[in-house]
Amino acid sequence: MSMLKRFWPALLGIITLLGLWQILVVVSGVPDYILPAPLTVAQAFAAHQPLLWHHAGITVIEIVAGLLIGFISGLGTALALARFHGLRRTLLPILLISQAVPLFALAPILMLWLGYGMTAKIVMATLIIYFPVASTCYDGLRQTPQGWLDLAQTLGADRRRRLLRIQLPAALPALASGMRMAASAAPIGAVIGEWVGSSQGLGYLMLNANARMQVDLMFAALLILVTFGVALYFTTDALMRRLMPWHDDRISTR
Amino acid sequence: MTSLGFSLSQARLAFSGQWLFDGLTVDFAPGSWTGLLGRSGSGKSSLLRMIAGLPIPDTHDVTLTTSDERPLSGRLAWMAQQDQLLPWRKVIDNVLLGPALRDRPSAAQYQRALDLLGDVGLSDKTQQWPKTLSGGERQRVALARTLFEDAPVILMDEPFSAVDAITRLELHELAARLLAGRTVLLVTHDPLEALRLSDRILILSGQPASLSDVDVPDGHPPRALDAPDVQRMQSHLVRRLHTPHGPIDGSGA
Repeated sequence: MSMLKRFWPALLGIITLLGLWQILVVVSGVPDYILPAPLTVAQAFAAHQPLLWHHAGITVIEIVAGLLIGFISGLGTALALARFHGLRRTLLPILLISQAVPLFALAPILMLWLGYGMTAKIVMATLIIYFPVASTCYDGLRQTPQGWLDLAQTLGADRRRRLLRIQLPAALPALASGMRMAASAAPIGAVIGEWVGSSQGLGYLMLNANARMQVDLMFAALLILVTFGVALYFTTDALMRRLMPWHDDRISTR
Repeated sequence: MTSLGFSLSQARLAFSGQWLFDGLTVDFAPGSWTGLLGRSGSGKSSLLRMIAGLPIPDTHDVTLTTSDERPLSGRLAWMAQQDQLLPWRKVIDNVLLGPALRDRPSAAQYQRALDLLGDVGLSDKTQQWPKTLSGGERQRVALARTLFEDAPVILMDEPFSAVDAITRLELHELAARLLAGRTVLLVTHDPLEALRLSDRILILSGQPASLSDVDVPDGHPPRALDAPDVQRMQSHLVRRLHTPHGPIDGSGA
């Protein structure tokens, strides 16, 4: 009941939007191959279920694998940077420069190196996540309140434990926003990779459907991508909340 | 635990190219409470950080010696203005922070933390998150965490300034009782707090600043709030802090 109460305004908004879309298509008489009506998309969705799910499965694996690898390596980089001062001078400039490389431009090269299979797409999704996660986490690890660091020092903490028991938990809210950002960026990486060259995945399916003027099928694939993106975001959010039972998002006056 | 005295000599601190103080020398007797008063910006908190070996952005230098001639580091506990409780550790785990940062807390240490939480009157809140506690309760957890370290020297930087007046008075009594016998250096800007708790009161003032002793009321800490001595000396101390060297100091700084 309370769930319904919370979500009905959003639901109402979506339904209204879909209704307007349907009316616009019917009234204006736009052909289906330019803009299919929501009901046409629903029909295409129902008609092509096995095809859609097959390709969705591929894309989902790419996204989740990219997300996990990207996040773990980003976090690892941030921890190493925070732990070893010497590393900063070498690694930070490289990180900064690499952020300036347009990842979309890398996609064809990745295809060339890694072929048309899943690997290239996973690498693409990983790369798109890695840098933002590494820099958000590193910033979070550096911004530990001085009072906690003072306390750790007077309590005789060694550097490793200070990092893991004080700096890392203190950075969790920053890590959480990095993770949420990564969750919304990962699908972009995977789909871009599929567009550049592949024989499977939702990106491939969309490109293919587009070429055959099956715009309704394209929209159906898009619907899956959007739904998965939203689900991924909320799953990540819920996970982060579980990780921080002590954290509350309310604005605190302290 | 045996009492430990310590001395500092040639303490100096520069702030934007000027010596805030230079050549400060002072002894802290074993097992005594010293209140260190001074106005904001006098460098009293920095002096405390120097003793604790904590980072200070400004140029500074100090020589520390102890009554047993072994280093002071590792034998002091630090209480800051804020309670510094870690929000992701429950009350009991905040008390056990020291052992958790050095190794892994043992069962005996866990039991000792429980006992200490009992001493500060928080037996029923050991498994709560810090955010559920009041300001006074949080400061009592910080006190238990300090006690856990069982350090002979306690450095406090305005530890009771973040709580309301009544809670502060209660915390004074609790701290005086539980930290008796330790060498305590209490930096404060509250003359009343210094008068209630100190065996000795020092004022850091002047340009460059020097330390001067001030009379302390009779009787043992924690002294009663309404003791005539305490009241009289409070107004005297406030005047002292207001005009560090009396009207004859015409430096015009």
